Amino acid sequence: MSDTTTATAPADGTPQVSHISEAVIRIAGNSQDGIQAIGGFLARLAGRSEQEVMTFMTIPSTISGGPSIFQVRIGSGEVLSAGDEADMLLCFYQHSYEAHLGSLKPGGIVLYDSDHVSEINPENLSKYRHIGLPISSLVVEATGGTGREKGKNVYSLGLIAKMFNLDVPKLHRLLGERFAGKDPKVAETAIAAFNGGYSHTLATAAELFKFKPGENVGLNQIVMGGNEALAYGLIAAGVRFGAGYPITPWSDIMELLRKELPKYGGSFMQTEDEIAAVSMAIGASWGGRVAVTGSSGPGISLKTEAIGWAVMAEIPLVVVDVQRGGPSTGMPTNVEQSDLNIACFGGHGDSPRVVIAPSSVEDCFYTAIEAVNIARKYSTPVIILTDQGIASRIEAFPMPDLEKICQDISPDLTPVADHKPYDLAATDGITRHLAPGTRVASGKYPVVTGLEHDELGHPTGSPKLHVQMTAKRRNKIKKLGADLPTPDVFGPPEGQVLLVSWGSSKGPVQEAVKQARAAGDAISGLHIKYINPLPNGLEKIFEAFSHVFVVELNDEGFYGYGQLGAVLRARYCDPKIRGLNKVDGLTWKIREILDRVKAMTK
Amino acid sequence: MTALSFPSETLTRTGNLNLVPVPPLSDADRKGLTKKEVAADHPTWCPGCGDFSVLALYFKLIEKRKMHHEKITTVAGIGCSSRFPYFVQAHGAHFIHGRALPFASGVSLSRPDLHVFVFGGDGDAFSIGGNHFTHTARKNVKLTYCVMDNWVYGLTKNQTSPTSPLGYKSKTDVWGSGDRPINPMKQAIAAGATFVARTTHTNPNHVLQMMEAAMDHDGFSFIECLSECTEFYPGAFDGTNPRKGGQFPLVPADHDVTDEYAAYKLAEELMPGKFGILYKVNRPTKNANEAKIVSTNREKFAALPDWQILQKNFDRMK
Repeated sequence: MSDTTTATAPADGTPQVSHISEAVIRIAGNSQDGIQAIGGFLARLAGRSEQEVMTFMTIPSTISGGPSIFQVRIGSGEVLSAGDEADMLLCFYQHSYEAHLGSLKPGGIVLYDSDHVSEINPENLSKYRHIGLPISSLVVEATGGTGREKGKNVYSLGLIAKMFNLDVPKLHRLLGERFAGKDPKVAETAIAAFNGGYSHTLATAAELFKFKPGENVGLNQIVMGGNEALAYGLIAAGVRFGAGYPITPWSDIMELLRKELPKYGGSFMQTEDEIAAVSMAIGASWGGRVAVTGSSGPGISLKTEAIGWAVMAEIPLVVVDVQRGGPSTGMPTNVEQSDLNIACFGGHGDSPRVVIAPSSVEDCFYTAIEAVNIARKYSTPVIILTDQGIASRIEAFPMPDLEKICQDISPDLTPVADHKPYDLAATDGITRHLAPGTRVASGKYPVVTGLEHDELGHPTGSPKLHVQMTAKRRNKIKKLGADLPTPDVFGPPEGQVLLVSWGSSKGPVQEAVKQARAAGDAISGLHIKYINPLPNGLEKIFEAFSHVFVVELNDEGFYGYGQLGAVLRARYCDPKIRGLNKVDGLTWKIREILDRVKAMTK
Repeated sequence: MTALSFPSETLTRTGNLNLVPVPPLSDADRKGLTKKEVAADHPTWCPGCGDFSVLALYFKLIEKRKMHHEKITTVAGIGCSSRFPYFVQAHGAHFIHGRALPFASGVSLSRPDLHVFVFGGDGDAFSIGGNHFTHTARKNVKLTYCVMDNWVYGLTKNQTSPTSPLGYKSKTDVWGSGDRPINPMKQAIAAGATFVARTTHTNPNHVLQMMEAAMDHDGFSFIECLSECTEFYPGAFDGTNPRKGGQFPLVPADHDVTDEYAAYKLAEELMPGKFGILYKVNRPTKNANEAKIVSTNREKFAALPDWQILQKNFDRMK
């Protein structure tokens, strides 16, 4: 709760009000308590209030009953990460109190349900400000119901609204929208629960808070999660067919596409297995319109053979990999960035393909469109390497200009005189396929295959052709590398330490850079979005720093570089490139990064 | 708005077709396709291989049914018979081992204007691709699957296949195979295929008949065509060849093709077994089910351009 200023003493006996620019609120309970719903309301409210908002959420591996938390960081300015420590903790049970108290800042506020939290260590009382309320009983009072455990999420939302002076009419509207189409009694009960919470005086609280006006006033913002943004990006890009198999955390994307694509005349197939999913998507892509498949963890391993076929046959395809902890079944509900190797190099033989990693929810939307366009332009599989950290968090971002962005990529079946898809003399070196159904007047039709082939796709054992075609597949991706924009340095272009990030680590790294620079350290950041191939010009950037640390959520490996670190080492042979890695299944804390930098530069 | 490094404006719809466009053909303008025009690479099959017969009859089917050249779509997986698409002068795909059906389903479900023919062998269909066989049949995806069953792995030179009979001696079962073979007919019926037929390469007229019936079937049509591997399993199907002292018994005229149990009963007869359509029912195809979902959804957004449909969703997320 930075920049606390002007404590105003209200006259009505309620606690004094402090003006703040941001707050980190953590809510802990069980997964059936509707905690994600409160988080969603807060995130959405913040989006409507022209405040940038970021949330960080974990879901329990078990379907219900396990510990569940939602952390929302609401800021008037730019919010780059979930926030290291919470300013306020709302906990529903003894176990949530005990498990999450440590995440609270010293002096932070813990609001607990005294119906369930009874044992408070007196030591804690001096460290944190405790507010105990019999939330479960108060909910029953407020709603006049008997279902004690129902509605306490919305009641708590009322308490939070009171504590942080949130916009009540907007929250009422959100509640109304949430329960629209259901029994009107449900919405009435929800509003009653909310009002019950909001009208509580919170007289035992030491202070209440009010957000300073946001910097983004007037922006037309929308709020959604990373997986949602990615799925909508694919729709905007013109993708109308996909196939997948359910696996966490990829499933959200396939569920959304299954439901939404028919509105646009498309469809998404749930297949018998991961291999069928990628095969079906490749078949549809060959049918003339780039299709999508995706998965997480083990599912990606299963798809590698077919992706190799698409590399060989040079078929455009988009594969979404929502990374989770591995190897094998690993840590299905935790964040990790350990699929970079399989994305870039998975499969037998030399199989160059494109890998792009989005860095935020907004970036998921635009990356999906770019992936489709790169697949089309270079006739290649493109892997979107997102992760659990982005997939399940909610952010507000400016409304995209959909009229301008939405693309029509329907197949072009205009007959042609003659065509060789794998034309070795093509000036741009890029393969162009004809969709089946396209008439070729010469009567010579192309085939697509996983065997090495000639210019029409017919198999060949010619060593010369294998050399030429291998070079062709490599060179078109190299050409993409040359076309890629060199990323900008975040902060001054020279200094002591350069922190290199990819994927969801962008926000924490940039926040770490900001904090370090404020403290007088010469640290800058560099975010790499295009992982395979890499853009040109990175070596020039590295030259201006004494240390280059690659911040990744994966293991340091045998040689201490991590996965992207090893690629950068291989390309630049620069001994100052080192890995800054961890695999605890959680996103980066700013302090963790800065402590490690300190230790590594000693 | 975030600027895209690869905007759509720089791309044509399906790639750079900087080629001379030619006008489309009407049905009336379609010229007959000679065998020379529809044949491509010379088959890599051994002399006497049963697969030659299936290929020749596919050519015949193309001409008999006056298919437009550009609409012929041939898909296969891996195996001797799966090299089929190279031998047909038409749009074709030679996919990975065992996965021809999901690939072809992707084509069928996204391109309702094409009828996809999938060719393959017993290893591709019932071993590595067994799961896909079951699910493509159950989903009733509209396409024709012709399995050239030779009871052996030929491309890799004589290993046991999922249809090799008990006792068959191969390089991987020098003592003779001990695994109960798959009965393709029973497998197909049990999985929910809506068209199940059996034929053999030595009876060309019958093969053509089955292909035509399969093509006309609205749904997943499956043909098992016995196709002798002269190299590794010569004489396997002599019992079905009257010229070699065998018999070619047709499915009885009074057989009810919609009777699943009767079909199953017929499928139990092994050599020579019965030839013809064992089972044929009409059940909504996956293609039709999906089309229905699409039309129901589209009705709500009549005449709205895609971006406005998306805008409606986004406006709710403000």
